Amino acid sequence: MSKYTEDDLREELKTKEYEYGFFTDIESDTFPIGLNEDIVRAISKKKDEPQWMTDWRLEAFKIWKDMTEPEWANVNYKKPDFQSIAYYSAPTSVDPNKTLDDVDPDLLAMYKKLGISVDEQKKMNNVAMDIVVDSVSVATTFKKTLAEKGIIFMSISEAIKEHPELVKKYIGTIVPIKDNFYAALNSAVFSDGSFCYIPKGVKCPMELSTYFRINQGGTGQFERTLLVADEGSYVSYLEGCTAPSRDENQLHAAVVELIALDDAEIKYSTVQNWFPGNSEGKGGVYNFVTKRGLCEKNAKISWTQVETGSAVTWKYPSCILKGDNSVGEFYSIAVTNNFQQADTGTKMIHIGKNTKSTIISKGISAGKSQNSYRGLVQINSRADNARNFSQCDSLLMGNECGAHTFPYIEAKNKTAKVEHEATTSKIGEDQIFYCNQRGIDTEKAIALIVNGFSKEVLNKLPMEFAIEAQKLLEISLEGSVG
Amino acid sequence: MLKINNLHASVEDKGILKGINLEVKAGEVHAIMGPNGSGKSTLASVIAGKEEYEVTDGSIIFEGEDIEELAAEERAHKGVFLSFQYPVEIPGVSVTNFIKTAINESRKAKGLEDMPAKDMLKLIRDKADLLEMDRKFLSRSLNEGFSGGEKKRNEIFQMAMLEPKLAILDETDSGLDIDALRIVANGVNKLKSKDNAVVVITHYQRLLDYIVPDFVHVLYNGKIVKSGGKELAHELEEKGYDWIKEEVNA
Ligand SMILES: Nc1ncnc2c1ncn2[C@@H]1O[C@H](COP(=O)(O)OP(=O)(O)O)[C@@H](O)[C@H]1O
Ligand SMILES: [Mg+2]
Repeated sequence: MSKYTEDDLREELKTKEYEYGFFTDIESDTFPIGLNEDIVRAISKKKDEPQWMTDWRLEAFKIWKDMTEPEWANVNYKKPDFQSIAYYSAPTSVDPNKTLDDVDPDLLAMYKKLGISVDEQKKMNNVAMDIVVDSVSVATTFKKTLAEKGIIFMSISEAIKEHPELVKKYIGTIVPIKDNFYAALNSAVFSDGSFCYIPKGVKCPMELSTYFRINQGGTGQFERTLLVADEGSYVSYLEGCTAPSRDENQLHAAVVELIALDDAEIKYSTVQNWFPGNSEGKGGVYNFVTKRGLCEKNAKISWTQVETGSAVTWKYPSCILKGDNSVGEFYSIAVTNNFQQADTGTKMIHIGKNTKSTIISKGISAGKSQNSYRGLVQINSRADNARNFSQCDSLLMGNECGAHTFPYIEAKNKTAKVEHEATTSKIGEDQIFYCNQRGIDTEKAIALIVNGFSKEVLNKLPMEFAIEAQKLLEISLEGSVG
Repeated sequence: MLKINNLHASVEDKGILKGINLEVKAGEVHAIMGPNGSGKSTLASVIAGKEEYEVTDGSIIFEGEDIEELAAEERAHKGVFLSFQYPVEIPGVSVTNFIKTAINESRKAKGLEDMPAKDMLKLIRDKADLLEMDRKFLSRSLNEGFSGGEKKRNEIFQMAMLEPKLAILDETDSGLDIDALRIVANGVNKLKSKDNAVVVITHYQRLLDYIVPDFVHVLYNGKIVKSGGKELAHELEEKGYDWIKEEVNA
């Protein structure tokens, strides 16, 4: 992706339809629809999991059964029928022991369409990549290079078998099973995802990356990511997501848990481009995600997200600033177009002394979409000298979309300093005409203005993903004005 | 180069231009003067192709082609440039990034490749030097927090980069102190050639001391009511517009 030239970009922009909307006809092994204890057991068995994992899933299932779907978010959608979804789907030709070189050629062709030629990735990008199609992790590149540093980066299914002590120690500690409806569901049925452990004092020499894709129809995707940065270590992690265009709504309910031990730093970046539904609002992915990180002493976690996809998004990457002097950051761009709805934001929980958090949220709404920022800044009584700065900017295109901001502040310590700024602006005809007059057409003008608006957040992404993100912004806003 | 015949234009059904006739040939400098609200900026916008304005009658011929149906960016690609009276802000987009995009979009329209980054950088530096602009200025967000004078200087910088055939400068002198005025006028003069033309919209004689017009027109109430040589500008400076209004109303 670092090879993108502006010409490539332009070429891609000519495609008006959702770019990743192809379906790859790969033979799949898909479970019958519906959810009950037997399905949960069967998933666990399929993955050859140890008993403790099976028990953990069953407990989660029990808890989930008694929970109800949350309704407080500013989104409207037809509730998924959890009994009409298949909870496990795997391309049959994938054998977890295979290396990249003998991966199904159809799968490889699919990666190519995704713009992630794995070979090139390996050579050029210095990005180690794990790819999850439907429910199963297909290949993890760079394993050896990482292993030399003691870094563990593999699918969570493998990790459960190969590093049970680590998984067992941390899974569910940051996002407990009971945390919320979708987290409980995920805990019961999670199919795959990534696991990463950075040992003490190790600075991960490359970006780690996971690419998620829902391929099979009628399935949900429930991946689980667990990332542990041991004391004094550093890692930058990226995830990207796409799904084919389908008329039906597909459910994606992921859980991501980050643990930054003393003096560790985790940068977690997401470029989310699940199918948003068509221009009439039909189809699209329901993206209900729980992401949370814990910072111990002097640790730092930065969440950066570019959200352009999904029909409905419900997502609040959060930081628990438990250790003194720990730092949490949240940089977000959320774009909604057509009938998309996004309710996204963050929670910054200040527990330790001198903890600091920064929230920069950029919402861009077009079409008939609704875009909400929801953020909680909580300063606990022990958190002397806690600091927060929040800035929420909304950009509106047209008159039929909505932007909403719901900032919640709970400060229980008098020494806390919390600042909140919010702006709402519209792309003006004068701005567009100004660009037009300089020879820049309206589509390009909007891209330019939107990129300018989002710059503070785009700047936080690793270079090659910043380019991809810019491209996505342009694609998702095509046809939104004029 | 530019031939405007009996041009009528309105906005929101309100007639603003009421039969403009104007011919600008290559190598010429025209000045358009006139009281506030007489339609000068509207004329500039209509030539540049702002969609809000509806042409209800007449025609605009540029280089032998009726450009009425062309979008604003297409007119720009053909070499029409407007230095705005009120340049807009585009937060987060640097002066450099903006002009780079503008140049490459125009090249694309002509079937050319993007300008190589090295050449672009050199061109930007040369033109910034021509207008005595601080390099730091180039990385600031377009027009955001610019002083009036900085905005105008930036407009002429863009003109210097784009090298248009027809440049319309709408009150480029307002907001400039005397030193900046000299620099900007000097920049415009350096870009002048026998192949291009400049239309200067202004209230003041002082700009015309630097950019000397071949013709001066007075626009009043949507019409060109008087045309003459550069001495007309002096006369207006001395006597104001009242005598013209009286002539028209008589
Ligand atoms: N977008 C617009 N909507 C309504 N009226 C306008 C608009 N633009 C210009 N006008 C009106 O047209 C007239 C001419 O304006 P303008 O061209 O800006 O004059 P000048 O530049 O000569 O001062 C004024 O009465 C102004 O109020
Ligand atoms: Mg004016």
